[in-house]
Amino acid sequence: MIEIIIYAFLAVSVTFNILGSLSLHRFSDVYTRLHGATKCTTFGTIFVVFAVVLHSIWQLRETNNPKYLQMALHSIVALIALMLTNPTGAHAIAKAAHLSGYKPAKAVIDAYERKIRGEAQ
Amino acid sequence: MSFIIAFIWSFVLWLVLTAGTRGMLWSAEELIAGIIFASIVAFSTRNIIGEKTTRFLNPLRWFGFVVYAMGPLFWGMVKANLDVAYRVITGKIKPGIVKVPVDLENDAQYTILSNSITLTPGTLTIDACPEEKALYVHWIHVTEEEPKTSEIVAGSFEKWARRLGK
Repeated sequence: MIEIIIYAFLAVSVTFNILGSLSLHRFSDVYTRLHGATKCTTFGTIFVVFAVVLHSIWQLRETNNPKYLQMALHSIVALIALMLTNPTGAHAIAKAAHLSGYKPAKAVIDAYERKIRGEAQ
Repeated sequence: MSFIIAFIWSFVLWLVLTAGTRGMLWSAEELIAGIIFASIVAFSTRNIIGEKTTRFLNPLRWFGFVVYAMGPLFWGMVKANLDVAYRVITGKIKPGIVKVPVDLENDAQYTILSNSITLTPGTLTIDACPEEKALYVHWIHVTEEEPKTSEIVAGSFEKWARRLGK
């Protein structure tokens, strides 16, 4: 039963990682690619960590070996670090891209451009 | 004061990373090494982490963060990921950068809100302007070009950010 849940988590994570990679081909400019490439992969990675934690708690109950406790705790620390650094990195890339002149393609509105223009005048 | 806070957090992180060295607990060597390294980290960062750091020791606040991460944030990520998956497959996008007015007071609240917005796919915070009380958000499918509140972009996140970052 637990094995089925672990496989389900892994399947979800692989699906979202594939979609994230696919978005690099489907989308046309840096911002829309960032959406797929940074965030679908985060969601996929969260489910990998869930699968690892579930597996190690299960093994910890079966074998009582402390190395599974370490495995679970380290994965959770990695997940927290990922959830803190990923949005920060995506934001830094997007802002740097906009400031160095890559405008969003096919954008219906660009309020940030208007703000920078307004400051420059 | 900031030395003590930084020391406590680095030591807790050390304890989490080294749990299970003696049975399920910690061996004496690991504890001593942890105290030494936590002191070094705390001493070198004591001028960086700022004054109002005691609020990070409030257990209620940490409980709030855990509830927020597991409830609204995770649910928002699920909905938004399915939405982006649909857009990756069909290619129906309508991108744009919108200005989202927010009503927040300090930097911690801006950080929490803009990181939450960025974590939910479909929206990506490009810049935060506390002086205009606004966030600039790249939105993959713009439905409203000049939103009046952050409700349509961030759902209930603004309320949570205001409470957690106080």
